[in-house]
Parts: sequence; structure tokens; C-alpha cells
Amino acid sequence: MAESICRALRDGALQGEHAPALTIKDSIASPFGFHVFTHLLTQLSSNILAAKSQSRGLVLVAFSRSPSFYLDLLNRKDIDVASSQKWIEILDCYTDPLGWKDALLASGNGGSLSNEASTGASLCRNVKDMDKLYSSIIELGKGIVGQGKVRFCVAIDSVNEILRHASISSVAGLLSNLRSNDRVSSIFWLSHSDLHEDRVTAVLEYMSSMVASIEPLNQSANGHRCNWESLPLLEHNYWKGKFHVRFKRRNGRVRVMSEEFHVEQSAINFRSISSEDEIVNRSLLPKVQFNLQLSEKEQIDRAKVVLPFEHQGTGKPIQIYDGRRSLTDGKSEAEPVSIGILQTNENSSKGEIIYLRDSDDERPDSDEDPDDDLDI
Amino acid sequence: MDQRAPNLLDEALGLVDEEKTKPWPLSSRVVLVEDRVETSGAFVLHHLLKRALSPHSSNDVVVFLAFSQPFSHYDRVLRKLGCNLTAQRENNRFFFLDLLVSEFPDGDEGNRDGLVALYGKIEKLVSTSFQENKKCITIVIDDFSLMEVAANGATNYVLDFLRYCHALTSTFGCSLVVLNHEDIYSSIERPALILQMEYLADILIKAEPLATGLATDVHGQGVLFCESRWCN
Repeated sequence: MAESICRALRDGALQGEHAPALTIKDSIASPFGFHVFTHLLTQLSSNILAAKSQSRGLVLVAFSRSPSFYLDLLNRKDIDVASSQKWIEILDCYTDPLGWKDALLASGNGGSLSNEASTGASLCRNVKDMDKLYSSIIELGKGIVGQGKVRFCVAIDSVNEILRHASISSVAGLLSNLRSNDRVSSIFWLSHSDLHEDRVTAVLEYMSSMVASIEPLNQSANGHRCNWESLPLLEHNYWKGKFHVRFKRRNGRVRVMSEEFHVEQSAINFRSISSEDEIVNRSLLPKVQFNLQLSEKEQIDRAKVVLPFEHQGTGKPIQIYDGRRSLTDGKSEAEPVSIGILQTNENSSKGEIIYLRDSDDERPDSDEDPDDDLDI
Repeated sequence: MDQRAPNLLDEALGLVDEEKTKPWPLSSRVVLVEDRVETSGAFVLHHLLKRALSPHSSNDVVVFLAFSQPFSHYDRVLRKLGCNLTAQRENNRFFFLDLLVSEFPDGDEGNRDGLVALYGKIEKLVSTSFQENKKCITIVIDDFSLMEVAANGATNYVLDFLRYCHALTSTFGCSLVVLNHEDIYSSIERPALILQMEYLADILIKAEPLATGLATDVHGQGVLFCESRWCN
């Protein structure tokens, strides 16, 4: 699924259509969204350098890490950031996003020269201005690919930081404008879903053609990260999780795919969900004196049990009560059986449920709310 | 008893290095200490202070933002641990910013300007120390919730301040240690603040009471969450 996302970002936009947009969504229970972000960043960067992608450049909007962090990261992955043909620009919204350093310099109260000037990143000193942010990104992109029709991609490492300074409507406007710009090939961003209201996450997902969700292997009941009783299990499973991807196709179809991921030494690896993990998870059940599992025979017997009032597909049309029929219509159907065995069967291997009323005085079941999805 | 005998906390944080051959392991990292009313996490701050100001490391500097206690309190506590804060302060290894009765100017702008000025002070101390070849700088904030109070509840500005301090860890390789009280933010309306800090932190140390209740000899238990390293 990670591969599918990489392909989609690499292939980019079709003529006349919005650029594909990806939301990477995680939460504190499995905070590996940044690992996924950097994984996709390096993959896309490799594709750009190898001229395998629609885009010929990448604009990285850095809020949560410094530009030098990203340049070091790409260098460690053997991606040439100092190539003669410039292919990456970093908009530095990390070092001085609100102009505090400028303000300090102006008032003479300190403020050293920024060390970031050496990385060649462009400094953004006012992240609250969405228009300025948009024009900076487009300008940087055009600076890489020129004025023709060649496209570039955009990566934003934290939408949450933008949302701290601007309303969701203006941020949505920014993302929408980027998607619809005909020079943008594809765009992806990271969002921590638990830092904002659900409606904010929903807005971001509506704007995305792909949504990648990172979830822990085992959801704890109270959502807390630390559960003392299961600390060994927590340690075992913390670095693993589930990776769900929802693709919105152009034809309207939605495709959902899942795989597992494992984080090791700051690298993230993906693999399809295997049945082995089911067995492993089973063995992690608590050891108690009674049996929590069903044997094979018990499973078969359970499957054979005929539930009372369940439609057996005997040929009668199944009608669902829609509230409009009067109750008198129900008289034409079989009367409810009040005493005795509901279903008899010649085949003794089938399970049965035998219901005997305690006494005739017991009031019959209320039929003010007849369950027409049941065979009464 | 050897006062430098390592304990589990030291081992977990990678502070066990008698020969000081390796650089300060918390360099460029953010450590968040979460505690509760029942179990104070201040002991972690005291321990890290003691380690940072050990006589073996003359290159280490600590910038301490004190919103919670006066200097005399920390001096007393660290003396019992074998560290003389007064001497370290005179040697320009320990910079104590007394913010106990700090009040920022009125109004929204006043809160922001107060925090900007505070950031300016810290940045100046850090960059000066860095230029004097003191490369292992630790910024300690005790504690974050009181900083919010000092800023008249301007949470967003306080988060901005934290982000600017985070940028210092990247620029100067210093470490940032923040103490925060988990139970203040446990209500549904405001989990976002503590989560913001947890996302920012590379190392999260939680001090919690025992599940079995209060005990005389054991005050609580600590759990350390360490994010995977980004460097080799």
C-alpha cells in the first residue's frame, strides 16, 4: 500500500485535474506518521532524481524539523541534495515562524545570526499569512522547474502547526489552491488527528484523494499509552502497527487497503498482514484456568445452531417493517408459538434452542414493535 | 557509596559513561517529564541537574527557568546530592532565571512580548555559551503549567515559545527538559496541549503512583518512552 501511494505521488496529476493529495494521519498511540512522511519523501526524491516521476522538483515546507535535518536525512539515504541540477527547495517555517528573532534584533535584545542561512533554505517569518505561504511555495517551485509546464510536488511536514496559527477554512483554502494549481504534480502532508477536533480531520480527509492512517496493533480500551499490566506487551508491540490506506478513484470508487508496518532504527518497513500474527496475538491471551477458545467441533456446532426467529430462507418473502403497515396485516402470517419447541428437525446433529415459557400467565411478548426482520 | 553509581534512569537515558568519551547523550533532544499530584517528577530534574553539572564535565552549562521554586530550594536539594549550585552559578555553568513572581505585561500582546523577551534571554545565554566552546547546554523548564499561568493562560504563545526553544536544540545542539503535570490536562477539553508536548518530546518520562496505592518506602514508578533515534 505504501508502494501504491508512492506510485500515485510519482505519477502525479492528469491534465485538467487536481493534483493527487495524501493525508498521513496518526495519533499518540502510534506516533509514526513522521516516519511514513520521511519514507515517502525519500522515495519521491529518488524518483525525481531518476527522472521517473511527473514532477521535476520538490518543495518541502518544514514546520517541525529544521532544513538541515531533512538535508542530513536525504544524504544518509544516498540522495544527492547538492546536485548540479537543483531539484529541492525547503521553505523554512521552523527556525523563525513568527518573526520573534527579527523582533529581538530590532529591539537590540539579543538574537544571533541564524545558522540556517548556510543550508540555502528560504526563511518564512510569518506562517499566519496563508496567501504569503501559498505564493512562497509556488515561487520556490517555479524557481526549480522554470516557467514552462513542468510540475513540482509539495510536502508539508505538519499541518497541525499551520492550524495553530490559522483557521481550518484558510488552511483548507491553501491546500485547495495548491492542489488546483496546474504546476503542482502531487501534494502530501502529515496530520496528528488527536490534536484537533474531528471536524478538522474530516475536512483534511475530504480534500485528499488518499488517506493513510497509522494505528497501533492493539487499541487499548482507555486510549492511554501506558498500561502497567501489559507493559511487556506494550514494549513488544509499540514499534509495530497497522497502515490503512483509502484511495478515492476518479471513477468514484473507494478502495481500502491495509498492511502492517514495523519501525526499526528510525527506518519503517511495510509488509502485508499475515496469518502468523493472528496466531501470535492469540498466544498473547491471558493464561487463565478456564478455556477461552472454542475447539473445532464446538465451532462447527455453533455454526449449526438455528437461532429462533431467524429467517431460514424457506421461500417466504422477507419483509422489513417500515412503520407504515398496520398491525392487522400481521394476522395473516403464522401466529407466534407461545409454548413448546420452535423448530424441530429430523437431523439430530443440528443444535436446537428450546424455549419453554414459565407459565401460561406470562404475558405474551409485546408486538407493538414487531421485528419484521425476524421470522415471528 | 559511590555517588556516581549509575541507576536504571541513567542507563535508560544513556548517561552511564564514566570516562566521558561520548558526548552528552541528551544533546539535541527534548525530554518531557510528566508527573501527578500523587507522585512528583521533580526528582528527575534534580537528577539530570546533578549529572549535567558533574565535576567531570566542565563543558556543560544549564539554563534553568524556575517558575516553581526559589533558588534556595534547588540549592538545598542539590547539596544533598553532592552538587554546589551556588559555586556553579558563580562559575557561569548554572544560569538561574528566577521567574517565580514573573508577570508579563497586560493584554494579549503583552503576553507574547513577555515570552519573546524571555526567549531572547535564553537564546543569548545559549549562543554565548556555545561561542565559549561550552557545547553541552541543557535548558530546564520547571514547570510548564506555571509558565502558562505566568503568561495569563496564553497557551498558544507558550507553545510558540516551546517551538522556538526546540529550534535552539537543533541550532546549538542543546537539550530541552520540561516538567509538566499530566493530571492538570486530563480533562477532555484540553488534551491537545499535553499531546502537543508528547509529540515534540524525544524522551517521555512518566512518574506515576503505584497501582496498589501509597507506600512509605516506594513513592511511585517511572516509565521511560524513548523515540527511535534519527541519527546513527
